[in-house]
Amino acid sequence: MQELISSLRRIAFLCRKELLAILKEPATRAILIAPALVQSLLFGYAASYDLTHVPYAVLDQSRGAASTELLARLDGTGVFDRAATLQSPQQIPDAVDRQGVLLVLSIPADFESRLAGGQAAPLQVILDGRNSSTAGAAAGYVSNIVAAYNQSRGAAAPVALERRALYNPNLESRWNIMPGLIAGLSMLQTLLLAALSVAREREQGTFDQLLVTPLTPMQILVGKALPAMLIGIIQSTIILLVIRFWFQIPMSGSPWLLYLGLLTFTGAAVGIGLSVSALSLNMQQAMLYTFLLIMPLMLLSGLLTPVRNMPWVLQMATYANPLRFGMDLVRRVYLEGATLHEVGFDFLPMLVIGGVTLPLAAWLFRHRLS
Amino acid sequence: MSAVPREQGARDADAATAASAGGFWPRLVALLRKELRQMVRDRSNLAVGLLLPAVLILLFGYGLSFDVTDAPVAVVLEDSSPTARDVIAGLQGSRYVAPVWTTNVHEAEDLMRRGAVVAVLRVPIDFSRQLAAGQGRLELWLNGIDSTTATSVEGYVGAAIASWGARQADRAGGTATAGTGPGSVTIEQRMWFNEANTSTWYLVPGLLALVMTLIGAFLTSLLIAREWERGTLEALFVTPVRPLELVLSKLFPYLVVGAIDLVLCLLAARFLFEVPMRGSLLAIVVASLLYLLVSLLLGLWISGVTRNQFQASQMALLVSFMPAMMLSGFVFDTRNMPVVVQVISQILPATHFMALIKTLFLAGDDWRVFARDCSILCLYALVLTFLTTRTLRKRLH
Repeated sequence: MQELISSLRRIAFLCRKELLAILKEPATRAILIAPALVQSLLFGYAASYDLTHVPYAVLDQSRGAASTELLARLDGTGVFDRAATLQSPQQIPDAVDRQGVLLVLSIPADFESRLAGGQAAPLQVILDGRNSSTAGAAAGYVSNIVAAYNQSRGAAAPVALERRALYNPNLESRWNIMPGLIAGLSMLQTLLLAALSVAREREQGTFDQLLVTPLTPMQILVGKALPAMLIGIIQSTIILLVIRFWFQIPMSGSPWLLYLGLLTFTGAAVGIGLSVSALSLNMQQAMLYTFLLIMPLMLLSGLLTPVRNMPWVLQMATYANPLRFGMDLVRRVYLEGATLHEVGFDFLPMLVIGGVTLPLAAWLFRHRLS
Repeated sequence: MSAVPREQGARDADAATAASAGGFWPRLVALLRKELRQMVRDRSNLAVGLLLPAVLILLFGYGLSFDVTDAPVAVVLEDSSPTARDVIAGLQGSRYVAPVWTTNVHEAEDLMRRGAVVAVLRVPIDFSRQLAAGQGRLELWLNGIDSTTATSVEGYVGAAIASWGARQADRAGGTATAGTGPGSVTIEQRMWFNEANTSTWYLVPGLLALVMTLIGAFLTSLLIAREWERGTLEALFVTPVRPLELVLSKLFPYLVVGAIDLVLCLLAARFLFEVPMRGSLLAIVVASLLYLLVSLLLGLWISGVTRNQFQASQMALLVSFMPAMMLSGFVFDTRNMPVVVQVISQILPATHFMALIKTLFLAGDDWRVFARDCSILCLYALVLTFLTTRTLRKRLH
């Protein structure tokens, strides 16, 4: 008992020292807190695949009532924004290259007469494929408008598809990306923070002093891990609050489960960071290894593109990525209201990663002496 | 491995002092020699600097894709008549969706909740009767959490059903489409610059920009901060070395490393991912080198401003990588952002390079765009050089 209390006291002292070392400088404090706020606001507005503004150009060679109505419907959506009205097909390349239009609608001269004659009247849509996702989405909007137009003319399709999207009724991509950022954004800085913590002491020579104190490597580990995890959780909370109250994305799940998930996730991230730190001899190396890890961890997590679209080998590799499961867990708890039973599997890889990397870091403290 | 000892720093400083008397060029050469030696000495640094881009471009070229293939969709056949089967037959041959057949709605809901399927297509029990009466109705439930996949799946399912309509029309006789009923508008779609309609074509040039950003920031952002922390910069202040010479000497060795990285990335883009290079190689290389210079200078400037390795590395991560990924138009179209965010994205050098490199790869040489974006990048290079030299003025704190 006595043993345990003194051990906890030592850990508490070390935690306090670590927090002081991190937070004593105003510039560092600002660097750890402000970005979570600024980035979640900025990226919240930027990170969307949904189109709100599609600049387009039109080449109307038919100039009839039908084409006019179709264009009026397009302009009426508020999404399509006519940037140019072209006079000849030769102007199309210039409109796409110079005026930044995303699509060009080309209406052939016989459009009106074919429609009147009960024939199929082709409408040509030219898309700027330099961003094929955006272009594809814009094409989807056009085809919806055309389908509605056909319907209004009494030419409805024989089979109607009724869509209902669960958990995200309007299929807004922001709803997908933002909860992902709760885990993603905080991981970046937490990982780097943990990675620099031991490396900085190694570089300044104070780590050897720490090793000759009565603290065991396990106690040093806990003392180093807790402050980094605390900062990670604070960052996640800031992002969570921005998402919930600024962007007003409704949260359906239990906050307790969400935080349990975040805690597990942050533990795994800090474990990776501390292992990197224990391996590095100086800050330059620690930073280098961190940068080496961060891009794959971020991009192969399902943040921007779904894991499902990856080749099989890479999908397997993502099992070593805590962010993949942390992000999945946060998204499903936040949006679906998933229960512990439903997201239970997500905990497993994170616990394994934390369970391997944290003891590894403690072992490396003593066995990586130059 | 050596923890860079103090004597070496001192020796390097001595070398610089010895050569410093002879004017700009001898001083620059002496400093360059010192920086090169320091760079080569830390082999892990150099190895990562050279390997990182190759690994990254391989990983992401294969790993990042918006193109949905074989997305599992539960199909609930409550009406299992031949007509109903015929209507959704198009799903079976599709390489985009993989149907999972069930007859029970609850089972389908359960699959959806467990994440085993991304959508449920329900064929109601009275489907064929309704179809015979005029219009059939199918229900499609999508899991909205992955909204991009959901939207794609909706499109594919819609197309599969529309293909049934087209087949019916064919069966009714080739001329049936003409003359009967009201005419309808059909869409002929053409994807310029990306005829294959694959996201890899636009993601890989974007990755080039992302890798150049990361390399630039990570190679240089600690260089000046480290010297401040160790006090070696103050030692240099007593020599006749000028700030500009320091900046150039720190820049050049890493420009060489970055240029090697660039070649690796370009080779991978061209031969591995077979992204067309419609612009001239010269234009692509010039633009990329210019951007590399800007991102290296950005790292140096951060290093000079913070004078602290911890802050410098955090700042480098915040200022370079995340904005380049989220705000530069890598995947999120800048045209689509609110004005304030657009203005911020225009401030980033990455945005200008991103647009330029995609155009050069996919659209071809457009000299007007090339001249505009390159002059913007040149301007950034000049401003950042100026700002970085200012942080190195001989003043003690």
